[in-house]
Amino acid sequence: MSFFDIHASYANFDFDGFLAGVTAADIGRAIAAERLAPLDYLALLSPAATAHLEAMAQRAHELTTRHFGRTVQLFTPLYLSNHCVNGCRYCGFNATTPLARKALTLDEVEAEAKAIAATGLKHILILTGESQTHSPVSYLADCTAILRRYFASACVEVYPLTEEEYRELVRAGVDGMTLFQETYDPTVYAFMHPKGPKRVYRNRLEAPERAGRAGLRTLGIGALLGLADWRIEAFFTGLHADFLQRTFPETEVSISTPRMRPQGGDFLPPVAVSDTDLVQYILAFRLFMPRAGITISTRERPELRDRLPALGVTRLSAGVSTAVGGRTRGEATPPQFEIADGRSVATMAAMLARTGYQPVYKDWQSL
Amino acid sequence: MSDTLTIGGRALASRLFLGTGKFASNDLMAKAIAASGAEVVTVAIRRVNPEAGQDNILAPIPSRCQLLPNTSGARTAAEAVRIARLARSGGCGNWIKIEVVNDNRYLLPDNQETIEATRILAAEGFIVLPYMSPDLEAARRLAAAGAAAVMPLGAPIGSNRGLRTRELVRILIEEIALPIIVDAGLGRPSEACEAMEMGAAAVLVNTAIATANDPVAMAQAFGQAVMAGRTAFLAGPGAVGRLASASSPLTGFLHEGLAS
Repeated sequence: MSFFDIHASYANFDFDGFLAGVTAADIGRAIAAERLAPLDYLALLSPAATAHLEAMAQRAHELTTRHFGRTVQLFTPLYLSNHCVNGCRYCGFNATTPLARKALTLDEVEAEAKAIAATGLKHILILTGESQTHSPVSYLADCTAILRRYFASACVEVYPLTEEEYRELVRAGVDGMTLFQETYDPTVYAFMHPKGPKRVYRNRLEAPERAGRAGLRTLGIGALLGLADWRIEAFFTGLHADFLQRTFPETEVSISTPRMRPQGGDFLPPVAVSDTDLVQYILAFRLFMPRAGITISTRERPELRDRLPALGVTRLSAGVSTAVGGRTRGEATPPQFEIADGRSVATMAAMLARTGYQPVYKDWQSL
Repeated sequence: MSDTLTIGGRALASRLFLGTGKFASNDLMAKAIAASGAEVVTVAIRRVNPEAGQDNILAPIPSRCQLLPNTSGARTAAEAVRIARLARSGGCGNWIKIEVVNDNRYLLPDNQETIEATRILAAEGFIVLPYMSPDLEAARRLAAAGAAAVMPLGAPIGSNRGLRTRELVRILIEEIALPIIVDAGLGRPSEACEAMEMGAAAVLVNTAIATANDPVAMAQAFGQAVMAGRTAFLAGPGAVGRLASASSPLTGFLHEGLAS
């Protein structure tokens, strides 16, 4: 069974009816539960649960502290290439957007690696657009070979691969993968992804399973908040994470909760997701999956990010550029999206120390 | 008479082992180590970052302490062995705490892989302290594989749930000739004390200290509790009486001049 089947089993579920019918007693039971069932989690995502955020926060704080301690892991993304054949309506790297395209040469990758390593970071996340011509798996493997000289661990956030391609990355020394489903709503998905291989919803949905079978140590997923009803997106993201953890008990599963940011082009997110909504999502997920990682990117602004480790966030990016080669070439190519938190690694580390958290630069050593 | 625990040829006066994860800062960790009196400190090799200078997790550990590197993150015996070798070649000594975990929800150890890693590493001259689920047969196999001590969990790591495995740990203490060190799950000093009263050779604590509001005071409290429990064990607690002084004793007739 794949997560596709689990998702399909909710095809006729009355989300609106359930969310509207959640009572204070349901929420109290979910907060106190030793282990939450999927519908307990959905109850915590309901509009009614908004009135119980403080109680959820207390429990989320306790669970996060117990399992992750007073530490937050830091990492940074490295954009290798913005060549892309997909037409995602919301993305700055959309194939139809006229912009300067660039794939870093291996020498340029090394220069970026040196610049990032100088900040002390030991974990790197590499990103590309989807292009068999400019960023095939062999290119990812070649880049990883260089990056492993500078970093203790490398993960990828690229297009969906086959199981054999994921195995190739494992052999090249990649430890983990992140892939956002963007939206779990197949209709919205079809509208948002009108062209390119990304059109195929199921191929993307099942990619983390293929990665798990291939032996990657960490699996990261997420929905891009702003495309569809965030409560349902959050629910399926949680179910997906739970499915992956059950299927691959030996892997570390994590989610990201990216909210839409302004990017090149004139796309406007159809759904608004407020700070309160985002916090409710993080808290509910922490109660549902106490040991899963939660990553917050620089899509969020500093005032908000600084407060989220206490609520469940375990990983923050720092010293970020979303342009290809942004650290050594400046913004010669445009960014994928505008970041809201441009703080350096040192500044982030100082913030964490001030708020009672130890910044962790290294939490794994590629074997 | 001094009461020391000897492992790998080293005599230890303190029976509290300390973990180093989850502290808010290296400074706080250093102070907690000092306040606890611990002489054995375990460190995840995955966290060791020699280039980080004062921020390296090894930096605050005083040289008087025995370093106990652990293989946190290993999913197989082979991975644990590679991490142990990395630790030794990286100058972390030849003690190794084996952690092989294939369950990321509860972090319960994989006894079978742990036994295999113990066999390989003990043969390579490591002082091997395996973290395990308390199971008598597994403990016997660990002993046969060359473990220097056995470290059963009291409850899942980080759960602070106390000595939930009490009956199984008690059996290991009775049956296994090696030191039994209760590792993981102890949430309060009283629970550490309870393990020591039962006859555990030592306890290992991390989360309960690192995540306390005042980790330094909590480290001290655990140190005191472990000493109290050990002293009580050595003193031999009096038998717990079933305080029956029944008002109508069943054997009273024997004293009531039955013979007359």
